[in-house]
Amino acid sequence: MNGGDEVVAASADPSLPLEWRFSQVFGERGAGEEVQEVDIISAIEFDNSGDHLATGDRGGRVVLFERTDANNSSGGTRRDLEETDYPLRHPEFRYKTEFQSHDPEFDYLKSLEIEEKINKIRWCQTANGALFLLSTNDKTIKFWKVQDKKIKKICDMNSDPSRTVGNGTVASPCFVNGGVPEVNSSPGGISSLRLPVVTSHESSPVARCRKVYAHAHDYHINSISNNSDGETFLSADDLRINLWNMEINNQSFNIVDVKPAKMEDLSEVITSAEFHPTHCNMLAYSSSKGSIRLIDLRQSALCDSHSKLFEEPEAAGPKSFFTEIIASVSDIKFAKEGRYLLSRDYMTLKLWDINMDSGPVATFQVHEYLKPKLCDLYENDSIFDKFECCISGNGLRAATGSYSNLFRVFGVSPGSTESATLEASRNPMRRHVPIPSRPSTALSSITRVISRGSESPGVDGNSNALDYATKLLHLAWHPNENSIACAAANSLYMYYA
Amino acid sequence: MAMVDEPLYPIAVLIDELKNDDIQLRLNSIRRLSTIARALGEERTRKELIPFLSENSDDDDEVLLAMAEELGVFIPFVGGIEYAHVLLPPLESLCTVEETCVREKAVDSLCKIGSQMRETDLVDSFVPLVKRLAAGEWFAARVSACGIFHVAYQGCTDVLKTELRSTYSLLCQDDMPMVRRAAASNLGKFATTVESTYLIAEIMTMFDDLTKDDQDSVRLLAVEGCAALGKLLEPQDCVARILPVIVNFSQDKSWRVRYMVANQLYELCEAVGPDCTKTDLVPAYVRLLRDNEAEVRIAAAGKVTKFCRLLNPELAIQHILPCVKELSSDSSQHVRSALASVIMGMAPILGKDSTIEHLLPIFLSLLKDEFPDVRLNIISKLDQVNQVIGIDLLSQSLLPAIVELAEDRHWRVRLAIIEYVPLLASQLGIGFFDDKLGALCMQWLQDKVYSIREAAANNLKRLAEEFGPEWAMQHLVPQVLDMVNNPHYLHRMMVLRAISLMAPVMGSEITCSKFLPVVVEASKDRVPNIKFNVAKLLQSLIPIVDQSVVDKTIRQCLVDLSEDPDVDVRYFANQALNSIDGTTAAQS
Repeated sequence: MNGGDEVVAASADPSLPLEWRFSQVFGERGAGEEVQEVDIISAIEFDNSGDHLATGDRGGRVVLFERTDANNSSGGTRRDLEETDYPLRHPEFRYKTEFQSHDPEFDYLKSLEIEEKINKIRWCQTANGALFLLSTNDKTIKFWKVQDKKIKKICDMNSDPSRTVGNGTVASPCFVNGGVPEVNSSPGGISSLRLPVVTSHESSPVARCRKVYAHAHDYHINSISNNSDGETFLSADDLRINLWNMEINNQSFNIVDVKPAKMEDLSEVITSAEFHPTHCNMLAYSSSKGSIRLIDLRQSALCDSHSKLFEEPEAAGPKSFFTEIIASVSDIKFAKEGRYLLSRDYMTLKLWDINMDSGPVATFQVHEYLKPKLCDLYENDSIFDKFECCISGNGLRAATGSYSNLFRVFGVSPGSTESATLEASRNPMRRHVPIPSRPSTALSSITRVISRGSESPGVDGNSNALDYATKLLHLAWHPNENSIACAAANSLYMYYA
Repeated sequence: MAMVDEPLYPIAVLIDELKNDDIQLRLNSIRRLSTIARALGEERTRKELIPFLSENSDDDDEVLLAMAEELGVFIPFVGGIEYAHVLLPPLESLCTVEETCVREKAVDSLCKIGSQMRETDLVDSFVPLVKRLAAGEWFAARVSACGIFHVAYQGCTDVLKTELRSTYSLLCQDDMPMVRRAAASNLGKFATTVESTYLIAEIMTMFDDLTKDDQDSVRLLAVEGCAALGKLLEPQDCVARILPVIVNFSQDKSWRVRYMVANQLYELCEAVGPDCTKTDLVPAYVRLLRDNEAEVRIAAAGKVTKFCRLLNPELAIQHILPCVKELSSDSSQHVRSALASVIMGMAPILGKDSTIEHLLPIFLSLLKDEFPDVRLNIISKLDQVNQVIGIDLLSQSLLPAIVELAEDRHWRVRLAIIEYVPLLASQLGIGFFDDKLGALCMQWLQDKVYSIREAAANNLKRLAEEFGPEWAMQHLVPQVLDMVNNPHYLHRMMVLRAISLMAPVMGSEITCSKFLPVVVEASKDRVPNIKFNVAKLLQSLIPIVDQSVVDKTIRQCLVDLSEDPDVDVRYFANQALNSIDGTTAAQS
């Protein structure tokens, strides 16, 4: 395997393990402060340039952050001088604006409540200095434009508003054929007409919903993804994937339909879908059975047959009740150049080469120590938690979340043994206690996986201390720097290296 | 606050409302822009109104769209052609907004203005505008630029022309697929203005690049370019440069591109001329008819007749007909449906003997198709075959097909076949109709679905028109009147509906002798809905029958109804009585 072709020139030797530092936190919880359900972050996404970051929450809000050092280079020089001990400037963000993207609804035909929770956010092409993004809840996708609008003050009007009421003249004038004969007879009158003068003061970002793509999904939408052609995007629910043109919101094309003729025969659902970053005709989707399918839109209109199937070869060891549940892929992400694909299932993070469908290039154990506890996890439904994953812009590292607000970063380039466990707090390395992996005794059946990264967090043997309620599901890697944004309940933590 | 003279007051309001908070008022003002301009005069329009509008480009899309449209016809209000250039700045900023429809309207308006501008102005202001847009930072500006090159190119200097051509070629290689798509779809238009020497040397190079684009969405737009450019090139150049592209496209990896070829086939054939069509495009078309992707076959099947018209019957029989046979049993119902909608048109092309030999079996198999749309499509085009081979050969299969459609469980299918019955009646003739279809027409009157019953009643009227009152008297009226004793009130009501539709066709005599007694009887029905429908029906019969009948029968019946215990019955009875009095008063 050669991941070298995806390497972007980095300032330091890219193969050296990174030292992660805390950068920023937004919405930090004070001691004893209770988290409001609606404030819990449910989606995080950087835009292509990395100058903006969006988060969505369970309350249907989208919050935008902008990079503070992106626009004002003059201010940056002074900072550089001040912070000479930090030769590398890391991205810093500030709150830009927020808006209510989705509201709770009720589907009267199906007697179903539709939550306002934002499931996914995707950034679109920037145009005219305005930001564009797609956001979706379970059923409805919305296209937003966020633009700085000047606050306007209009003065120098022709008529006194009070006079309009006073003399009872019709408010909206009406002409026949647009003719105004009396104007010609009173040249002095013409000069008394004035155009309103608009004076603008400061500007503030305003979000406007430009399009609503609704009524195309019978099941809950789990993914949206823009196509590289700039005019289409996909939306995936449990059984179908639809293709939309950004401009057309009243029709979409069904491109994948895995719904069996009889619902009793249902054995597999779609869990995530993403377009290839550069090839407009390619998309990948993952399933609850642990497989990832690559689709070529050129082959046919309804892509029920895949062009490539990526599956872990059948394990030799004994199968348990949980084998299939933990095989379910919760998230897939293409690396920037589109050759590698990252996938996350309950226990592992896997890297695939789309030219090699015999098995993953590498497998990383995320929380191997949970293996004996699957029963408990099943009891409290944690086993169905959908952890996201992300890959760095240079394709050298990947990150994914875990319980107790921990997240793990792995070096995915060949030969790398880098592996770090961080906690989403002001002191990310607090829990970072690398413990050499125990010789596999009881767990001998899983030795086929690459065993690096099997370090356990916290104090070994004391993993009961793990808090299943504080799980870090959502995180995103900055597109061109080593910076990670992750969500711990209602707080957004950012780290850099 | 300035005070304005009284006569100008309405205009003052219009101007103020350009900046009103209410979008409807702003829209209203923008649509009256010409009125405002007239009031301000040409000079102030140029110096104040237009700059004011230029700064208005962050308004709502609806307002911007209206503005883009108004500005396109604004030349007279700024002082004529010599001042046309002042309109360019506001349109330029509209060309950069992200809403596609606003941009397109602004481009339209720019083209309108540009084509009227004097050559010197074109060079001084229009061409720089094109260059600015083409070099725009955001893709929206570059997309818009592609649409105005053809206006700028005409009538500018050679140096500028060279520059414009190279700028356009940069747009064809833009990073953004949106820009390349715009460049691809406008290339044909731009090419019409370019001198033929550069056509081969430069435009065709750009075109070749676009045909090899990675993005399907760009390549498929280049398909249209084939037809457009083909018309501009000399025949031999067209064969050398365009034909290979078409043949390649017809085998493109992406079904969407092949679909475009199938869809554009006729235009492509026109571009390359009849000889190449026969030698090169027939094999390409045959491939499309046998494509893996159903969508492509649907598009190709829909063009069968149009394509065969370009060939001689021998070629059609030799190459196309075998494919048509395969398609008639295609696995996709939509393919068969598309084929069924055009295949009848092949009969006149092939002539009588070939139609009987080759097409008839296909017609017959499509008539037995399991998918109702296929059968309906065949039946709807029956007249085209009738002219060539007559109906007799088909009638044996036709009837079972019609009966099956008439009893289809989807009411929309039943509705569709009812609507074809008058056409069928005229094609099949009275004799055929009497035996077979008469009973069906009555059966529909008692359908479970109202829309079918309604259509059935209407059908009776159209049949009466087709075959005349005498025939209807024999074959329709008795059966309809029999239904008046039906236990279901909705069916009894259908009799009244049929009478109201047929009475004007049947004339006064039959109405009085046959219909009226039944209607009067129905006025004693126990269901109020029937009774007030009688009242409504009687009102509609008034103009048809003699005054004496009105006075003698209808009035009495209505008077009885007007004393009915039900309020609705009384209401409609009184309305009918009023209309009798109205007509009597008018006559006297």
